[in-house]
Amino acid sequence: MHIVVCIKQVPDSSQIRVHPVTNTIMRQGVPAIVNPYDLFALEEALRLKDVYGAHVTVLCMGPPQAEAALRKAISFGADDAVLVTDRAFAGSDTLATSFALASTIAQINKNMAIDLVFCGKQTIDGDTAQVGPGIAKRLDLQLLTYVSQVETVDTERRDIIVQRRAEGGVQVLKTRLPCLITMLEGTNEMRFATQAGIFRAARHPVKIWDKTAAGIEDPAKIGLKGSPTVVSKVFAPKPKTIKAELITCESDTPKDLAVTLIAKLLTQNPNLETAIGKGAR
Amino acid sequence: MSEDNAPAKRAGGRKIELDPRLAAYQGVWVFVEHERGEAHTVSWELMGEGRKLADKLGVSLSGVVMGAPGPETRQFCQEAFRYGADRCYLMEDPVLADYRNQPFTKGLTDLVNAYQPEILLLGASTLGRDLAGSVATTLQTGLTADCTELNIDPENRSLAASRPTFGGSLLCTILTLNYRPQMATVRPRVMPMAGYDASRSGPIIEHPLNLVETDIVTKVLNYIPDSRQDKPQLPFADIIVSGGRGLKTPENFQLVWDLAKVLGAEVGASRPVVQAGWVELERQVGQSGKTVRPKLYIAAGISGAVQHRVGMEGSDVIIAINNDPNAPIFDFATYGIVGNALQVLPALTEAFRQHLAVAQKAG
Amino acid sequence: MREKFDAIVVGAGPAGNAAAYTMASAGMSVLQIERGETPGSKNVQGAILYADALERIIPDFRDEAPLERYLIEQRFWMLSDDAYVGSTYRSEAFNRPPYNRYTIVRAQFDKWFSKKVQEAGGLVICETTVRELMFDGDRVAGVRTDREGGAIYADLVVLADGVNSTLAVKAGFHPELKPKDVALAVKETLFLAPEVIEQRFNLKGEEGVAIEMGGNITQGMVGTGFLYTNRETLTIGVGCLLSDFAQQKIPPYVLLEQMKTHPAIRPLLEGTELKEYVAHLIPEGGYNAIPKLYGNGWMIVGDSAGLVNSVHREGSNLAMTSGRLAGETVIELRAAGKALNTANLALYKRKMDESFVMKDLKKYRRLPDVLHKNPQFFTAYPELLNGAMHQIVSVDGTDKKSKEREVRRSFGQRRGLFGLMGDAFKLWRAFE
Ligand SMILES: Cc1cc2nc3c(=O)[nH]c(=O)nc-3n(C[C@H](O)[C@H](O)[C@H](O)COP(=O)(O)OP(=O)(O)OC[C@H]3O[C@@H](n4cnc5c(N)ncnc54)[C@H](O)[C@@H]3O)c2cc1C
Ligand SMILES: Cc1cc2nc3c(=O)[nH]c(=O)nc-3n(C[C@H](O)[C@H](O)[C@H](O)COP(=O)(O)OP(=O)(O)OC[C@H]3O[C@@H](n4cnc5c(N)ncnc54)[C@H](O)[C@@H]3O)c2cc1C
Ligand SMILES: Nc1ncnc2c1ncn2[C@@H]1O[C@H](COP(=O)(O)O)[C@@H](O)[C@H]1O
Repeated sequence: MHIVVCIKQVPDSSQIRVHPVTNTIMRQGVPAIVNPYDLFALEEALRLKDVYGAHVTVLCMGPPQAEAALRKAISFGADDAVLVTDRAFAGSDTLATSFALASTIAQINKNMAIDLVFCGKQTIDGDTAQVGPGIAKRLDLQLLTYVSQVETVDTERRDIIVQRRAEGGVQVLKTRLPCLITMLEGTNEMRFATQAGIFRAARHPVKIWDKTAAGIEDPAKIGLKGSPTVVSKVFAPKPKTIKAELITCESDTPKDLAVTLIAKLLTQNPNLETAIGKGAR
Repeated sequence: MSEDNAPAKRAGGRKIELDPRLAAYQGVWVFVEHERGEAHTVSWELMGEGRKLADKLGVSLSGVVMGAPGPETRQFCQEAFRYGADRCYLMEDPVLADYRNQPFTKGLTDLVNAYQPEILLLGASTLGRDLAGSVATTLQTGLTADCTELNIDPENRSLAASRPTFGGSLLCTILTLNYRPQMATVRPRVMPMAGYDASRSGPIIEHPLNLVETDIVTKVLNYIPDSRQDKPQLPFADIIVSGGRGLKTPENFQLVWDLAKVLGAEVGASRPVVQAGWVELERQVGQSGKTVRPKLYIAAGISGAVQHRVGMEGSDVIIAINNDPNAPIFDFATYGIVGNALQVLPALTEAFRQHLAVAQKAG
Repeated sequence: MREKFDAIVVGAGPAGNAAAYTMASAGMSVLQIERGETPGSKNVQGAILYADALERIIPDFRDEAPLERYLIEQRFWMLSDDAYVGSTYRSEAFNRPPYNRYTIVRAQFDKWFSKKVQEAGGLVICETTVRELMFDGDRVAGVRTDREGGAIYADLVVLADGVNSTLAVKAGFHPELKPKDVALAVKETLFLAPEVIEQRFNLKGEEGVAIEMGGNITQGMVGTGFLYTNRETLTIGVGCLLSDFAQQKIPPYVLLEQMKTHPAIRPLLEGTELKEYVAHLIPEGGYNAIPKLYGNGWMIVGDSAGLVNSVHREGSNLAMTSGRLAGETVIELRAAGKALNTANLALYKRKMDESFVMKDLKKYRRLPDVLHKNPQFFTAYPELLNGAMHQIVSVDGTDKKSKEREVRRSFGQRRGLFGLMGDAFKLWRAFE
């Protein structure tokens, strides 16, 4: 079985700050990490490798330093890594990104036929959850989003059964290989790399492909040109001007504060009378 | 969304001549999502928003309903009219009984190609995001995901869709220029429900899917509905009592449960509380948790960081309890108590209990 | 597969990077192991980089290292509760390349330095903690990490694992650190727009300022504070002996918070936003606390050998120099075909003794004791000095002579004449 896992290197958004005065992003020292959601996809792929045996290729599109993300994946147990990197990709939105990744996957497929493609549910920087569906559409793969568990894979009969999170419940779906899965978060826990894995990661030759190697002929489909959406502005959420009405009373004991608050609340919002206590258990 | 999005000057205020081919695309569509006989409320929230956009553009608002043939599916068209749609596109086919990506993508893509809307909105639910991504790629058009605000850019009449970016500390506005339709998915509970007018009605345009079950590769083997009782239902609660790191220990968090019990409220939490494992993930309110719009939101020991705020600022009334008078939560709460939540919460619980006892006697 | 290297370096701070770079550049197979997510991710420093030590390792570092600002001004402040006396040294001589001192952000600097190690052929692995040294008889034969299958072999292990080197303690190479020999420093990095920094500190372009502070901010404990300008952040911190923290029962972050509200400091921080808060130990035992630096198959460098000059807040330069000398020692021995045993590695100690590292540390060897036993340097003197300055500076109709008398009287009252003379003598001895 050949599994491709798409992972993205992203800035650790919990460490990104907005400049209080200029409202611009302060990127200084913000570390780059593997998109946390993609680790669930990678771990699921590695789990399948443990159970069925598989060749796991990790794929990333990004700047040269994104190689670090791929090496990390190798340390966990991925077998091979491809970094697609080209200046021409700059400014790609999800449509252009999924085009580039789909084209790369098609190239990888030429060397070794692919059975499964994994993506994370979404990224923490783009946050769109679109790239996975986009790749599937372009490669005409069956799409299984928000998968919480892969139940079985049968490479002989070429089918797969998964559990998928739907709005009000869980769907159990069966589909044909090859297909694309976007993995739900919290479904598994990334393993700890072995010492041998760490050495392999440090020494593994990551394949670095430019757009030609990735099989992209039409430059109008990638980068800014290939992106229908454009960011027209970035701004800070507007501060609400209404300040909270602070509840005070003469004694300021918690009890008096509570009574004062409730009186005020229910006088000014009489509709709440019917809401409170309703369904109290 | 483009990668180099901070701070971009590219499209701002740019006037573009729309390709004449694309000028044929007209009208605003809202995809009416339903599963197991129930419409997702985000569809009606979108209908309200779609109405505003359509009015600004001076075009019509349509609902799109896809499902198994029968009155149950048709019923959603009637509801769409009552929530503000002028027209409805209806696609009925047995293969649309359960949501599956392939038939729904084909169906919606066909509808768009046949009737050419300029704007297509879907809920940012699991279904909506699955479908929107596939449809947008098939149509080779732009899609802005997980929006919190929609508007019309007065310069070029395009959809200006805003969404959080960079961990939620900033918002960005995204335009889809020279591609049609302009697609967006919108977070549930961010926008208010549309008004309901039982007297409204409109024409239904039916369109065939032209697929048979054997064409469809993916099969639904089983569906295990979530049991409603033990799943927290935060997005639809009337009252939510939420606790944050200010409560300090998991034992103290019990005070939140106590108040919630008296009020018949759901319990919410800020992210640190969830990460510390005091409550389950479903109770996290905010950017990476649930968006809620209850009638009353009580926040105890929560600082009001922007990532929390975006998940609850749509609440009708917000009460904040925080011992720091400068906590950002006081900048947008309705009422504030500056004090120790560990004392104020029990006092509130007791005061509400007494109020309810009195009210019950009286009523 | 059994992994074996010419040398393993534990830790990717300045000391480890210097050692690994030196050895890898000479063609040795070097493995460097760092427990942090990336080199520098766990490292905490003020941080001032002294160019000289690095220049001897990477002569053209200025062209590529991530440097924040070069220092053109140094301020020393002695603070009382609501005032400070200070001196400032600013010179155009500092404003000409090659610059002598820079502020750096360690996370970025260490990452860069580590990249140089890799370019030189060293193998660097992160997120891996060395749990213990492996022995073959009394010879160190390699290390064992926290990962499955984590035994790795080498002819030589360089311990560059920083202050509180548990590895060396475990192996019995040096005793557990004593609380009076180690300072706990807390530090915050605060965002501030470059324009504001420049305006507020009277700087242009890439110029920078360092402020060293002593006095009441440490609330009687032995320690100092500092404030440095980076490109778009400020670094502010304070460090005191661990034993004092324990005794005074002041949580370090409270001390820093109080320091930040000092009327002389607060205005400098206005409008900043917290980027990160970190705490770290600094070895301050000085010369007398330096352990044995080498043995059969091992050497110890940098903070883990206690090589910090606390008087001048120098550490990274001693770390880099010791790392370089350790590396050069090995290269020399290998070239001569000599074994890396205890007798031969004594060459490292000789090189260290000849360098500024040991000479400087020896010079100040008495200082830690003097300061520790005489808290008045951190309490009474700042008050007195500030009081005296107040007398001298304020114009209130009192004649200068009476003012002088008042100043002298205040000193005499607080410390007594013999006390004053004694203090002066102790300090003179300590610096002698
Ligand atoms: C990408 C990203 C996504 C995020 N998503 C979310 C999200 O979905 N939801 C979310 O909540 N956060 C989210 N966060 C985290 C968010 O930035 C804040 O860190 C978080 O909301 C803070 O939670 P808190 O208010 O409980 O804790 P704190 O910020 O620590 O605030 C605790 C508050 O309690 C007060 N307090 C302390 N003691 C008492 C007392 N005895 N009585 C009363 N008040 C007291 C304090 O004054 C303080 O204001 C996200 C962050 C990132 C980077
Ligand atoms: C607040 C503060 C301010 C300072 N200011 C200055 C200054 O302005 N100028 C200056 O020159 N010096 C300064 N110093 C001192 C300077 O930071 C140190 O002297 C210097 O970092 C020592 O370098 P090192 O390589 O020996 O140790 P470190 O920099 O501490 O590096 C040790 C490395 O080893 C790793 N490690 C530890 N144990 C293991 C293990 N078991 N396995 C794998 N890896 C391990 C650690 O993660 C770390 O990366 C300051 C220190 C502090 C705390
Ligand atoms: N540049 C990229 N390189 C590799 N995979 C990517 C890239 N961008 C997105 N992906 C994959 O697509 C998923 C969804 O991304 P997004 O649509 O940006 O939220 C991610 O979880 C990744 O698996």
